[in-house]
Amino acid sequence: MIPLSHYLILGAVMFSLSVIGIFLNRKNLVILLMSIELMLLAVNINFVAFSHYLQDMAGQVFVFFVLTVAAAESAIGLAILIVLFRNKHSINVEDVDGLKG
Amino acid sequence: MTFLQTAFYFFAAVMVFAATMVITVRNPVKSALFLVLTFFSAACVWLTLEAEFLAIVLVLVYVGAVMVLFLFVVMMLDINLARLRAGFTGYLPIGGLVAVLMVAELIFILTGDSFSADNLPRPEGHGGSYSNTRQLGSVLYTFYVYPFEIAAIILLVAIIAAIVLTLRKRPDTKYLNPADQVSVRREDRVRLVKMPAERRHSGNWSS
Repeated sequence: MIPLSHYLILGAVMFSLSVIGIFLNRKNLVILLMSIELMLLAVNINFVAFSHYLQDMAGQVFVFFVLTVAAAESAIGLAILIVLFRNKHSINVEDVDGLKG
Repeated sequence: MTFLQTAFYFFAAVMVFAATMVITVRNPVKSALFLVLTFFSAACVWLTLEAEFLAIVLVLVYVGAVMVLFLFVVMMLDINLARLRAGFTGYLPIGGLVAVLMVAELIFILTGDSFSADNLPRPEGHGGSYSNTRQLGSVLYTFYVYPFEIAAIILLVAIIAAIVLTLRKRPDTKYLNPADQVSVRREDRVRLVKMPAERRHSGNWSS
């Protein structure tokens, strides 16, 4: 029998890996977007695991919505990335300082 | 170990390995391909949790659509990798420290009593006639029908936003405007000239 904690630990490891990914690749926008996708996946694993162990369909409904929002987010993110590359010929985060923040 | 346990630990191991490769590999194309492997293993892990519909959705939507979009964009951009990798190892100690601490804290709290097999036992698997898709649909289209419609609007907004952002007018391309073509009148193109008939010269036609 697999206890629930093993699924949750898998989610935690995936989440931490994506945090390391954001720390390591903080100049490459593409890898940053991929790390965000991994983070959402880690959250979804937790949702599905709780949904199964508590026998409640609401968790899977939430995964459905998270997938929807994640797909929309990556589509818009990649569109912004293309516009950025067209204007600056770079996807380096350090070149994206037009707002002088 | 039962088959289910073997499958879960194998898929989890593949998933963690692929996620590690995603964030450390040098080439963004390889990183996108490892992301595909990660999502596929996640779908297999979800199958062990009897979330069949979501597992297939993950494969179809993510591996099929979103990852192809990522690959498309990565291959389209001409990226200077050396500059992007600068400072890669500089943040490894602090990033690794934060991540290891997070995992350690979560494992400490998750291996406690509240999530153990005794306290929250794994439910019995459903029989062959159980339909995960029917269950999910019966909840989604009754209690969550308004959130479902909002999700549809979010997707519509994403479509419009992606098109509007990447659409551009190029001044140097030649194209036809169908509206101008259709609305043209005869007077714009043909000019009728009225002139008196001229007298024939004395010479013959053949010269």
